[in-house]
Amino acid sequence: MTDFFQFLVNGLVSGGIYAIVAIGFVTIYQVSKVINLAQGEFLMLGGLIAVTLLGTGMSYGLAFVLSVLMVTLIGMLLQRFVVRYGPMSNQISLIILTIGLSILIRGVASMFWGKDAYALAPFTSNEPITFSGISMAQQSLWVILAVLLLLFVFWFLMNKTLLGKKMYACSVNLLATRLMGINPNKMALLAFAMSAASGAIAGIAIAPLNVTSYDVGVMLGIKGFSAAILGGLQNPIGVTAAGFLIGLVEAFGAGLISSGLKDAIVFLLIIGVLMIKPTGLFGEPSVGKGGL
Amino acid sequence: MGQVVVLHVDHLKANYGPVEVLHGVNLHVNKGEIVSLLGANGAGKTTLLHCISGLHDGKQGGIYFNGVNLMGVPAEKMVGMGMAHVPERRQVFSTLSVEDNLWLGASHRLPKTGKKIIREEIEEIYQRFPILKERSAQLGGTLSGGQQQMLAIARALLAKPQLLLLDEPSLGLAPLIVKEILNMVQEIRNEWGTSILLVEQNAHSALKISDRAYVLHNGEIQMHGLAEDLARDARIQSAYLGKAVTHG
Repeated sequence: MTDFFQFLVNGLVSGGIYAIVAIGFVTIYQVSKVINLAQGEFLMLGGLIAVTLLGTGMSYGLAFVLSVLMVTLIGMLLQRFVVRYGPMSNQISLIILTIGLSILIRGVASMFWGKDAYALAPFTSNEPITFSGISMAQQSLWVILAVLLLLFVFWFLMNKTLLGKKMYACSVNLLATRLMGINPNKMALLAFAMSAASGAIAGIAIAPLNVTSYDVGVMLGIKGFSAAILGGLQNPIGVTAAGFLIGLVEAFGAGLISSGLKDAIVFLLIIGVLMIKPTGLFGEPSVGKGGL
Repeated sequence: MGQVVVLHVDHLKANYGPVEVLHGVNLHVNKGEIVSLLGANGAGKTTLLHCISGLHDGKQGGIYFNGVNLMGVPAEKMVGMGMAHVPERRQVFSTLSVEDNLWLGASHRLPKTGKKIIREEIEEIYQRFPILKERSAQLGGTLSGGQQQMLAIARALLAKPQLLLLDEPSLGLAPLIVKEILNMVQEIRNEWGTSILLVEQNAHSALKISDRAYVLHNGEIQMHGLAEDLARDARIQSAYLGKAVTHG
């Protein structure tokens, strides 16, 4: 029984992170029809920049905020100066463009931080919390809290504010959006900013649980992307559920079957689902308003 | 009604890649006028509207709106300058509610005007289009064609435009609905003094509510004049009104 709860906590923690990454994918995709495969790098940058800033003797809170701001700025610069001028007519080229960007970012990061792994201090003490035999790192709690907060902010912004509706409108009908006086480029810039910021927060939150290095973004990005696809790519609630599902399958697979096989189990599941339901678990059948 | 020119299109040429589709079009709309632009499929009517509202980039010549040259101004700036474009096939936000569609129509004015006033304006719109109030929570895409057209027009009206560009509001609608919508267009002009440039294939109905009209043929203005004169013109009658000319 304690094992079960242990796996559950692990699954929720990594699943939450995948959900955030997946929402980042969906946010950018909805507004600008770009699959931003550099999404995982935002997490890597968030963690590593925070490590470096903490190394200068800065307070944790300040390092956290500065790191998130810097990653947000990087995300916005990528949209403003690279993705915006990408070949808008061709989705495949844009995807390849973002793959290129992710390799570039990783390369620059490996020059800057080397190939070593860094440990980021947890937000609060290293002491695990234990009740009735289940122990849990305090940081896990922080991750779950951060994930819930981010999910709420995204939900609120997209559903309860006119700004969110403007962003969503870009995905529904770009021509009409422009005729309403909404600049799609500005909305895309905002989407990149939101995805980068949430990615950085997730990256910083997860870093103390593992180590962080220049290449942690790859696997996080792939898992997040898988969640986005599994969830149907258009439905933020669907991809959130898919993110948690992937995290849980991974944790239980690692715990009950073999930790070496955990990624294989996850991807086997995704392949299986997509073969049976190509629009993803929660994707609507394509009605000509998106979907790949 | 004074003769203040709101929109002046001067020797406008437009092209898609190497192909020129408008060959020097001249046209103007006075304040408070309903001007219709008639022509067959492929004459360039929609392209002309897209040039005016900034959706189409490949163009030369001049487009002046209240004296301001619009060449190179992107579409998203137009609505702030006082021009609203109801595009062909309505283009409502199909997966957003009717009410959200209306809010988006007013969204660029929100920072200046404030939520309270816009909410009142939406109420006014609901009084004019009661069916939209009934359906306010429904998704735009679930409305019938006529209702979508009303929604598209209502959404544009919330921009408080001086000039309204209407692209084929009658497209795919039953004759009775067409009549209702064109009457509404006339009411809008009469009450608010909005200038209207109406693109129509349905020449007969369009001429009935218009002050003046232009006939666009293969990218050139072939004829223009008062709507009532054009409605009597034999060439128009045979080409666009479906009346055979019986004597030579």
